[in-house]
Amino acid sequence: MSAVIDTHAGEHHHGPAKGITRWLFTTNHKDIGTMYLVFSFAMFLFGGSMAMVIRAELFQPGLQIVDPEFFNQMTTMHGLIMVFGAVMPAFVGLANWMLPMMVGAPDMALPRMNNWSFWLLPCAFLILASTLFMSGGAPNFGWTFYAPLSTTYGPPSTTFFIFAVHIMGISSIMGAINVIATILNLRAPGMTLMKMPLFVWTWLITAFLLIAVMPVLAGVVTMMLMDINFGTSFFDASGGGDPVLFQHVFWFFGHPEVYIMILPAFGAVSHIIPAFSRKPLFGYASMVYAVGAIALLSFVVWAHHMFTVGIPIAGQLFFMYATMLIAVPTGVKVFNWVATMFRGALTFEAPMLFAVAFVILFTIGGFSGLMLAIAPADFQYHDTYFVVAHFHYVLVPGAIFGIFASAYFWLPKWTGHMYDETLAKTHFWLSFIGMNLAFFPMHFLGLAGMPRRIPDYALQFADFNMVSSIGAFMFGATQLLFLLIVVKCIRGGEQAPAKPWEGAEGLEWTLPSPPPYHSFQTPPEVK
Amino acid sequence: MTGSPQPSTRSNARVIAWCLAGVVGMFGFGFALVPLYEVFCDITGINGKTGGRYESSVPLERDESRIVEVQFLAQNGPDMPWVFKPVTRSIEVHPGEPTTVVFYAENPTAKAMVGQAVPSLAPAEGTLYFHKTECFCFNQQTLQAGETVQMPLVFIVDKALPEHIHKLTLSYTLYDQSVMGEVSRIKQAITTTNRNG
Repeated sequence: MSAVIDTHAGEHHHGPAKGITRWLFTTNHKDIGTMYLVFSFAMFLFGGSMAMVIRAELFQPGLQIVDPEFFNQMTTMHGLIMVFGAVMPAFVGLANWMLPMMVGAPDMALPRMNNWSFWLLPCAFLILASTLFMSGGAPNFGWTFYAPLSTTYGPPSTTFFIFAVHIMGISSIMGAINVIATILNLRAPGMTLMKMPLFVWTWLITAFLLIAVMPVLAGVVTMMLMDINFGTSFFDASGGGDPVLFQHVFWFFGHPEVYIMILPAFGAVSHIIPAFSRKPLFGYASMVYAVGAIALLSFVVWAHHMFTVGIPIAGQLFFMYATMLIAVPTGVKVFNWVATMFRGALTFEAPMLFAVAFVILFTIGGFSGLMLAIAPADFQYHDTYFVVAHFHYVLVPGAIFGIFASAYFWLPKWTGHMYDETLAKTHFWLSFIGMNLAFFPMHFLGLAGMPRRIPDYALQFADFNMVSSIGAFMFGATQLLFLLIVVKCIRGGEQAPAKPWEGAEGLEWTLPSPPPYHSFQTPPEVK
Repeated sequence: MTGSPQPSTRSNARVIAWCLAGVVGMFGFGFALVPLYEVFCDITGINGKTGGRYESSVPLERDESRIVEVQFLAQNGPDMPWVFKPVTRSIEVHPGEPTTVVFYAENPTAKAMVGQAVPSLAPAEGTLYFHKTECFCFNQQTLQAGETVQMPLVFIVDKALPEHIHKLTLSYTLYDQSVMGEVSRIKQAITTTNRNG
């Protein structure tokens, strides 16, 4: 008996601490990854409930449920929370869980910073959410917070919004540094860069994008802060500034940001499709180069968001062609995924369903992006529901479906239990139908001229808006099912083997399910 | 943990240092975009902001064969109570010919105020070819309560104006700078006192 106790005393630090301090002080990549994922899901529901308010107001023409003022706050907060609170932290959570296991490391390279970068997030979003209760209300100028709407005409709470953006920016930058340090320094012996799993590759490139553009976001909100509170005139024409400058600086951040939200999903899907096709990924090297090319191009296309502000013809042509060029590496990726499935032994478990839907629907979003890239056509589409349809098609079935696919793919690894496949498939189909019902009619609404960010609309848009709202309610309610599935899976279920998916490959599947608290005590050898 | 954390601590420090350098650099780059944008716009004129006082060593040739219409607009910035309008709404000029037009401003309030007009030219392509030898927009305007003023603008349309441009629209927005003007006057007073004392 005493021998047993001795062994345990010798092996300290092998299990998690007990109680709340486990979560407050943890430096463990799995605990932090879990917290990121839970936080992002909470934000997903919070931001989603705002989308429900928006769709409820737009269910019928006329103003019936909320004030236009509050409607503007909802569209703004929905965008901010989904981008910075739901999608980005979810990918950081996946990175925390999977990167050490994929590269054969015991943990992330900088565990204490990891803890700090997570705990900054709830602080940032507490500040952001608190603006809803301030006098003058929450930010109401759209998630792009264009000056002078956000400077001269912004509500008093704008300063809190700026502070929240600073904090979440610091959090993202620290997360990115951690990812880079882990990937560069903690790879198992033999794992050269070109042997890294694609999720690792896409996250490495995403981390570099984060380091390049989050400081620019911090810079632009700092300029706003100074314009509002310290009398500078960065964006104020009366003092010699220029509001258009705001848009340039913002979109210099904003365009790479949209790739930050999609590249990790590219990586995850590049694991899932081969696993359920029982074939290796088609064109690994071209996938890596395509991601690199997308990342580089993302820095020279920002002004396609601003065709209508007045850009000389040469500039419009440059940004139009550069934007269309992005379709080439993206096309390479889509064709590679399809080629991976071609003549594979396909099965359609929940992760694969989400991954296949990702490929199809993201491509639709990509095509509407190409339409928007055509400068003369964009004059027609700009600020209409067509734009809303476009970016929801790349973000919902792109980023969000990518996250769901990853969650189902790795849940058995994380929890040690299989999730309920029937419920998961139900979740997929309801999400798939709800999502398309919600966003597809928006294409037609936009082409017919319905402007975005307006709480009322002309009568001829009524039918499509009602369909869209029904789809949105369906999609929103379905996400509670996901919560149920995950909780069920954590609490029990069929025991998961180390490798629950027959065709899956990678170091993470060599660990037992659930994996030990410190992933790889001794680095595995990669041939 | 039995691995080799020792060597990786050093390379971690190096990665952190490089990343932080990147972060600081990009934060600086964000601010560097402000002067870069200014310079870029000065060179290309794409934001429609016409330049400062034009001085030419050689007198410009008149191009009698060509007529360009120049329109003038005036508007007030937020909370600016002045009456501000162009006396000449539109004028036809030959390129190379110095032309004088007048803007009218009136301060209807009961207190002295400072205004600053900010120009914008459309189409922006013409910005580089619109020269002002004299403009009220070069300085702030101070008007006493009830005072009115006729403000001159002397301009020359460059002969090199692209062929397809037949009409230029110059718009002025007048901003209330009374608070700022007050601040700068006080500052000036302080420096003068200091110098004298």
